Amino acid sequence: MSSKLYEVFIRSKAGLNHRHVGSLHASDEKMALMNARDVYTRRQEGVSIWVVEAKYITASNPAQEHQWFDPAEDKVYRHPTFYPLNKEVENM
Amino acid sequence: MYSQGLTDAKGSEEPQELLDAFQKKIDAEIKIEPRDWMPEAYRKTLIRQMSQHAHSEIVGQLPEGNWITRAPTLKRKMILLAKVQDEAGHGLYIYSATETLGVSREQLTTELLTGQAKYSSIFNYPTTSWADIGAIGWLVDGAAIMNQVPLCRASYGPYARSMVRICKEESFHQRQGYEIMTVLARGSEAQKIMAQKALNRFWWPSLMMFGPSDKDSKHSEQSMKWKIKRFSNDDLRQKFIDATVPQAEHLGLTIPDPELKWNDDKQGYDHGEINWDEFMNVIKGHGPCNHQRMQARIKAHEEGAWVRDAVEVYQANQQKIKEEAA
Repeated sequence: MSSKLYEVFIRSKAGLNHRHVGSLHASDEKMALMNARDVYTRRQEGVSIWVVEAKYITASNPAQEHQWFDPAEDKVYRHPTFYPLNKEVENM
Repeated sequence: MYSQGLTDAKGSEEPQELLDAFQKKIDAEIKIEPRDWMPEAYRKTLIRQMSQHAHSEIVGQLPEGNWITRAPTLKRKMILLAKVQDEAGHGLYIYSATETLGVSREQLTTELLTGQAKYSSIFNYPTTSWADIGAIGWLVDGAAIMNQVPLCRASYGPYARSMVRICKEESFHQRQGYEIMTVLARGSEAQKIMAQKALNRFWWPSLMMFGPSDKDSKHSEQSMKWKIKRFSNDDLRQKFIDATVPQAEHLGLTIPDPELKWNDDKQGYDHGEINWDEFMNVIKGHGPCNHQRMQARIKAHEEGAWVRDAVEVYQANQQKIKEEAA
């Protein structure tokens, strides 16, 4: 069977993001959705499902993790805690 | 449910600095994800352990499926159907996680159907009475939980994540099994005997689910180092016994081990010697139901061929319709 690999994303309730939960095989999108319903939401885990054929996902390269993400490390001034608050000003 | 033993994977020539960096990550409890570099031996060990685990879930449907049509009430039938459906789901979660290691679903299925891959020895025992369904939930799923809870922290991300889902569902399995046993143990004399006999049949095979004794377990050390395994076989077995004996006492049932005795010094139970010859025999394919289980899997696969073919034709037709419309 020419099955394709789909990645499954589920929104657990309105107001939250869809979140990756796993993958499955299906011949088309419709079957992928139905399978995802049966495999990943048997206990009311979701109110909405996305399925995406795995080959359409572009991912960053784990070997470049440090090059990509380390530069953010020394930019502490991007966080509010970098700035001391005058005692007189209680909340900001 | 769970798989015994681990692969014996040979390490090939791999740069020492990559190996060191990998071990450092593991030691720091940083999870390994699918596209991260990993030693070939780690990959192979995981593929073997995870596929055995997935196969166990799938084959594990058979002994219980045996009682779906004969469940004593509609309620029991619905519960059992839900449980067996869960086992199929567990198989799928783990197959999906295994595929992230670069092995195809077809290959995994073929390995099971040709007998190259193993599954847990426990599923080669028959379910001869309704009480066995209770004993399986209580003991077999109970033993599986003991094994699987530490696997939720396994170093390989997709495996650990699938275990988190599975453990949540497994807890329902164990409780429903214990409830079946409770009803029988508090029932008529005949029902009590039925419950006791089921415990007698499944006690020792459940202890064997934890795999060989530590002194004979050849793969443990490396798996501990890789954090695929967190506790030794004997430690987990001990935990299971200590947790289960009071549950049996509560039911008024007797564990079929005359040597079972509380040991105050180790704050745990001492138990009799496990029949390792029987264990090895079942692993090698000579258990009471090995042949039957494999035949059932092969039959299901072959008889499902038309479904796979139909899907393929449907897909091709849909494609044609789309092209013609364009």
